[in-house]
Amino acid sequence: MKILTTLKRIPDPEQKLKFKGSGPSQTLDLSGANWVPNQFDEYAVEAALRLTENASAGNARLGEVIVASIGPKDVSQQLRAALAMGADRAILVDGKDEDLDAEMVARTIVALVQREKPDLLLMGKLAADSEDNQAGQLAAAYLGWPQATFAATIEAVEGGKALHVSREVDNGVETKRVALPAVVTVDLRIILPQAVKNGTTKPDFAYAEGPRYASLKGIMAAKKKPIEETTMQALGVQSKLRVKTTALEAPPPRKAGIKVGSVAELVDKLKNEAKVL
Amino acid sequence: MGNVLIFVEHAEGHVRTASLPAVTFGKQAASHHGGQLYLLLVGANVKSAAAEAAQLGAAGVLTVEDAGLGHYLAETYAPLVARVAKDKGATLVGGTATNLGKDLLPRVTALLDAGMASDVSAVLGAKQFKRPMQAGNVLTQIEVLTDVVVASVRQTEFAPAQPGGAAAPIEAVPAGALDAKGAAFVSLSTTKSERPELTDAKVVVSGGRGMREGANFKPLEEIADLLGGAMGASRAACDAGMVPNDLQVGQTGKVVAPQLYIAVAISGAIQHLAGMKGSKVIVAINKDPEAPIFQVADYGLVGTWEKSLPELKAEIEKRKAEQR
Repeated sequence: MKILTTLKRIPDPEQKLKFKGSGPSQTLDLSGANWVPNQFDEYAVEAALRLTENASAGNARLGEVIVASIGPKDVSQQLRAALAMGADRAILVDGKDEDLDAEMVARTIVALVQREKPDLLLMGKLAADSEDNQAGQLAAAYLGWPQATFAATIEAVEGGKALHVSREVDNGVETKRVALPAVVTVDLRIILPQAVKNGTTKPDFAYAEGPRYASLKGIMAAKKKPIEETTMQALGVQSKLRVKTTALEAPPPRKAGIKVGSVAELVDKLKNEAKVL
Repeated sequence: MGNVLIFVEHAEGHVRTASLPAVTFGKQAASHHGGQLYLLLVGANVKSAAAEAAQLGAAGVLTVEDAGLGHYLAETYAPLVARVAKDKGATLVGGTATNLGKDLLPRVTALLDAGMASDVSAVLGAKQFKRPMQAGNVLTQIEVLTDVVVASVRQTEFAPAQPGGAAAPIEAVPAGALDAKGAAFVSLSTTKSERPELTDAKVVVSGGRGMREGANFKPLEEIADLLGGAMGASRAACDAGMVPNDLQVGQTGKVVAPQLYIAVAISGAIQHLAGMKGSKVIVAINKDPEAPIFQVADYGLVGTWEKSLPELKAEIEKRKAEQR
C-alpha cells in the first residue's frame, strides 16, 4: 500500500500565545513559538506506518509512506522526525501559514496525490492551531474519493481493496467501509495498541500505545532519506485565498474565581450566589 | 444577495436539538443576505421531523427522501445539499458543527466551489464571521471571499430556535441517482443514555484521569442524575477507556456551555478548557491546589473525589429535601 500523509507544524499548544500590535492590527506574535508537529498528523504518520509494515516479522516494510508538509524550510525538522519514525520520503512545499487557507492546502494535497497516486491519503483530523477541520474533506471531494473522517480504528479488508474505518460520531462509533483509494483522517484513538490492522500483521498483535519513538537506527537512516523541496507553482496549484482573517484578539478572560473551604460552602454558593442549583 | 439553506439533522422522527442553534444562525445570516431561510432534511424517512422543522420560522422546508439515504454518508449527502443549494439560489449554506456537520459541510463546500467558515461563533455580516481557534485562546474575525459561503456553527454560541408561528410549506425534492463512491455504512454502536444530551444539558458533571477507573464514575453519575445533568469526561479519562469517547469534552471532543459545569479530578489541560470555558458557572474539585483547572473555576474545592463526592451528593440531597 502506498500512503501519502500530511504533517503540519503548529505552535506548541501548551505554550501561552503572545499577541503583538493592538486594535485592528493585532496579530499573533509567533517569533518565540516552539514549533511542534500537529499531534493528529503525528498520529496519522504512526497509523500509516502500522498499515505498511509486518509487525509480526520485525516491521518488514509492506508499502511506502510519503509525508508531505506545506511550510517554511524549518519544517524539514518535523519532516526529518517523521522519517526517523520510519516514513520513506518527504515532500516540503514552500508556503507560509498566513498566506494559506484550507482550500489552498487541499488543492496542494490534491496536486501531490495526482502526482504520487497513493492508495490512501491519511491525515490528522484537524490542525490544532487553525482548527478548520476542512482540508481532508475538501481533498476527498476534489479527488472524487470516499472519505472516513475522525478514525478511531482502521482495518484493511477485501484483500486490501478497501478499509473498514470506525469513526467517532456524535452518538457513538460508526463503522464505514471505504474502497481504496480513499481519504482517512484520524482521531486520537488511532494510536491505541490494536487500532490499526493491515491484514498481514497478526490480528492479535498489540503495539505500544502512542506514536513510536525514533530509534537511533531510525534517526541515522532518516539522514539519508530524501526531502524533496517544491513549490505550489511547480505543482501546478492554481488557487486563491477563499477565507481571509481580518482581525484577531484574545478572548475576554474569565473573572477570577474563589476557593471554597468545604462542600457545604460550595453548595451554598451555587445555590445562593450563582443561583444554579 | 441570495437565500440561506441550513442542513437540519434529525433522529427517530425528531429534529436533533443540536441543529436548533444553526436555524437561529440561519435567520441572522438571512437578514444579511437579504433572502429567505430554507431548511433541508435528508434521510429515508423524514416526514415527522420535517413537520417539526416547519415550525421553526423558516420560509420553507425541503426534504430529500430515499431508502438509500437511511444512513448518513458524506458521499451521498453532500451532492444533494449542493444541488438543493443551487436550485434554491442559496448564497449561504450552513449547519451545526457536530461531527456530522464537520464531515459533511467541507465536502459541500468543494462541490459548490465555495469558501467555508468553520465553527462560527457570531455573525458579523453576510460573509464576515467570528470564530475561535487555537483551542479557544484566539478569537478571529474572518471574511469569506467567494460568492457562495458555507458555514458550520458552534452549537453553544447561538440560542436554539423555538417552534411557533405559522407552519412553513414542506417541499419534497427528488433524490435522483445516488453514488456512494465506494463508501458504505457498516454498523453503528451507540451508547444509550436516559440522561440529556451532553451538548444541551443544563448541568454537566465531568470526570478526569484522577478518577482512575470507569467504576469510579458511579458517584459522578449519581450527582449528574440528582441535578438532571449529563455526564462528561476529559480526554485522559476517555483515552484510558474509563468511559465511552462520546462523553469527551474538549477541543477533540464536544464543546459544551451549560449553566453549571462540575469538573472532578480533571487537571485542566488547554484542550479540555477549550471545550468548557463557555460554561456559565464552573466548579472544580481537585486534590492538587495547583491544578490549572482552578484558574477557570468560579468555585474551586481542593480535595479528593473520594471524600468530596459523597459529601456533595448528601449536601445536594439535603438542600433538595429542604426545598420541598
